[in-house]
Amino acid sequence: MSSNNHFKVNPKNMLIQFWYNIHIDPLLLITILMVIGVGLLILFSAGSQSLSLLYRQIIRFGIALIIMLVFAQIPPRKYYQWIPTVFAFGMVLLVSVLVIGHIGKGAQRWLNLGIMRFQPSEIMKLVVPMMIARYLHDKTLPPKTKDLFIASLIFLVPTFLTAKQPDLGTAIMIACSGGFVLLLAGLSWRVIVAFSTLLITSGPIVWHFMHTYQKNRVLTFLDPERDPLGSGYHIIQSKIAIGSGGVFGRGWLEGTQSHLQFLPEHATDFIFAVCGEEFGFIGSMILLLMLLAIVMRGLYISARAQGTFSRLLAGSITLTFFVSFFVNIGMVTGILPVVGLPLPLVSYGGTSMLIILIGMGILMSIHTHRKLF
Amino acid sequence: MTRRLTLKNYDQETQLFTKRLLVTALLVGLLATGLIARLFYLQIIQHGKYTTLSIRNQMALIPIEPNRGLIYDRNGVLLADNVPSFSLDIIPARVENLNETLSALQKQFTLDDDTIKLFNKHRHQHRAFEPVPLKMKLTEKELALFYVNQYRYPGVIISARLLRHYPEGKYFSTALGYVGRINEREMNEVDHVNYSASNYIGKMGVERSFEDELHGVVGYRQAEVNASGEVARILKQYDPIPGDNVYLTIDSNLQKAAHKALGSMRGAVVAIKTDTGEVLALVSHPSYDPNLFINGISVKKFQSLQNSPNKPLYNRALRGQYPPASTIKPFISLGGLQDNVITPKTAIHDPGWFNIPNNQHIYRDWKYGGHGMVNLKNAITVSCDTYFYHLALNLGINRIDNILGQFGFGEKTFVGLSEELPGCLPSPEWKMHNQHQHWYIGDTIISGIGQGLMLATPLQLASYTATLANRGIRRRPYLLMKTVKPDGHIEQTMPIEDTPVMLDKPEYWETVIDAMQQVIISEHPKGTGFRFGLNPPYTVAAKTGTAQITRPKKYETMRENDIPKHFRSHSLFIAFAPIKDPKIAVAIVVENDKLAPIVARKVMDAYLAPGSKNT
Repeated sequence: MSSNNHFKVNPKNMLIQFWYNIHIDPLLLITILMVIGVGLLILFSAGSQSLSLLYRQIIRFGIALIIMLVFAQIPPRKYYQWIPTVFAFGMVLLVSVLVIGHIGKGAQRWLNLGIMRFQPSEIMKLVVPMMIARYLHDKTLPPKTKDLFIASLIFLVPTFLTAKQPDLGTAIMIACSGGFVLLLAGLSWRVIVAFSTLLITSGPIVWHFMHTYQKNRVLTFLDPERDPLGSGYHIIQSKIAIGSGGVFGRGWLEGTQSHLQFLPEHATDFIFAVCGEEFGFIGSMILLLMLLAIVMRGLYISARAQGTFSRLLAGSITLTFFVSFFVNIGMVTGILPVVGLPLPLVSYGGTSMLIILIGMGILMSIHTHRKLF
Repeated sequence: MTRRLTLKNYDQETQLFTKRLLVTALLVGLLATGLIARLFYLQIIQHGKYTTLSIRNQMALIPIEPNRGLIYDRNGVLLADNVPSFSLDIIPARVENLNETLSALQKQFTLDDDTIKLFNKHRHQHRAFEPVPLKMKLTEKELALFYVNQYRYPGVIISARLLRHYPEGKYFSTALGYVGRINEREMNEVDHVNYSASNYIGKMGVERSFEDELHGVVGYRQAEVNASGEVARILKQYDPIPGDNVYLTIDSNLQKAAHKALGSMRGAVVAIKTDTGEVLALVSHPSYDPNLFINGISVKKFQSLQNSPNKPLYNRALRGQYPPASTIKPFISLGGLQDNVITPKTAIHDPGWFNIPNNQHIYRDWKYGGHGMVNLKNAITVSCDTYFYHLALNLGINRIDNILGQFGFGEKTFVGLSEELPGCLPSPEWKMHNQHQHWYIGDTIISGIGQGLMLATPLQLASYTATLANRGIRRRPYLLMKTVKPDGHIEQTMPIEDTPVMLDKPEYWETVIDAMQQVIISEHPKGTGFRFGLNPPYTVAAKTGTAQITRPKKYETMRENDIPKHFRSHSLFIAFAPIKDPKIAVAIVVENDKLAPIVARKVMDAYLAPGSKNT
């Protein structure tokens, strides 16, 4: 079980030892950089070839990558120690956002911290699974009913608060990140099946509490032609963009759907449609496979992790990452409703990308710090 | 902590975790396969469908208006031009609050409510991202005013376009008519595709009747448009084909001379080139400025034109149906000679009145006391009514209608203008059919002096006179001399000859024409056309006419000069010259005044003797 043994067996591999020493997983880093590179290409096209937009995104990536490496240096033990405080702080932020939003009478996701605007619900995507992982770390697995109940509360309360903002996309991601920890912790299949059944049957009730625009999104998802110029427009135009790409695509910077403004939000949530239009099936497959490579690496790291906290956390971060791009691509290709989630590492925007890369930093930390956490 | 750690079964937990990880990895694989399948479906199976949709999204055919053909007179003088003009256009889709913008613009450019109304009407005929003209023909000052304030009006633009312009409009409106904005009814009648970019259509006159020649063929721009419908770039352009340039038979100098000759009088002048049938002048006076109508005349201005006592909008030359009065006499005479009812020597005694035997009704001659003994020639020269009462009675209405019909009375001349009216050649059948009354012998008698139900337009009179000048050869009057296609190809109009008026003896023509020559020169007896003036530098055959108009009984016995002007008779005058080798035939109507011969002199001088003192 000791990490030293492992490296003594492979003494030739000095290079790997070097990466371990600086707490970087080169495979993960390279895949991430490749996705970012392809993403910047797409963004340059989607952003009307605006160099300033590209520079801004590059600077963000630069900063976020440095932050990722900083997080990779922190051993999992530290996360384990700090997470209750961070979680409490996050909850306070979430509540205050709701209160301020309530006073401001409108959707409020951002907290203005003076120098930067900050979306507390985003960090909960990391904080919640960490908190649950920590909670389950010293419990017996599979978790007992009481533990299960408390663990559920840890992710359901922030999910609910986020959904209240209302930010359905992020809420789903928080729920997923928490749920994945439970799933990996050995939650019995019966509970999972029962819960899923409950979720499906509770549909009408959830429907009742949904905002009109959320209802519209679901209706439009079920039948995009229902409102071709209103909420169905996004899906129709995005399908046209992807479908017209064909096998090889129309070529970089040659997409008409995005350049002629038919495709809405083509630099943010719908950026995958630009990829589909300009790089075709082959280009989409390459991007998809690179994203899947990150997931595979994450699952591998998770499998090799030493402690309960680490492996649960690594697994959850990885699966949440998968879900985030699965939901995004699913929504852009019209098999999932439009929920307003960016494509990780590709879409223009700061907060979500930073959270993803911090998650990747934590994965690297878990992989390169061999301690029982 | 230590206690719990001992309770945890690491191996078992690791096994459980690994199993779960494998399951989720499988799930990830499944879901990813789902995405790949979806992409495969969209991008490979449905590729064709979405490509079509994408092209349909981005492609637009933008029609381009063809330039309207120009109109020239017979000598190449430009009568209708296209001039560049700036207009204030609004793109409704780009304006946030249309009403606010409109009222701000209305204040800034002092637009009247009609302009706003018109704009709102046109707005509904355009798509939201197409510019809709608000104000046409901006002055330089207005242009400057707009550019200074442009930032206040997003979605408002200045566009340049070609606008119809009639350089000396009021002289030519009788023949040219005008163009105006296409209305919905017209849009339904024309070829939608060819008019998809056109804003104007001929409403009257040549502009309307030769619309097909003048309009041209629409062009297209194949353009890539963005989601708001704005053009991103032009891919292909099919240039429009401009309309044909049209050369009219009108002589602009003569046309202007005719207008000037009418001066402050109301009336019409039509002049025809006898050897071809070309219409040299087509004048209704006073006229209007056709430029007023191009962009929609305001209701107020239109009403002031409409209600003007001089009726400038009334096209007397084409639509003024007057009793031909005594101008009919030469034609009736020809009928009498041809049917052997009279000979050139037939004479009667005119006591100043006429009655049918065994009938009390008296038909008076225009001259109290009569003309005494008159033969045919004198009867024409002095316009003896009694002579023609006799002749009409002896000819009978059928033979009168026959000879007049041969000249074309009662039919349109088919000069090529759709608004032309046919006049009226009454017959017993016509009267029964239209007025449900029997034909009386009196109807026949007054037909002899061109009164009663008989009506003719100045254009018709000029045409009959030309036939007379040509000794029976009928050349159909026409206005379109030639069209010049954009490629330079010229299409010349060939004169059309209708069935000629055939007389048994050609000298009948000379008998009547000789008498008509006397109308202006005879001193004893004095010809009725003496006002034409002495010593024209060419020979003239003419005939006067005095068309009585319905007026209150109390004026019947009064002298013409004593009754109010608008109850006075119209004077008519037909003439051609020179007699031997005719060049021009004219018909003149002057309303409520007797000066038609003077007008005729000025017009004929202008054509035959330009530079003489009368022009």
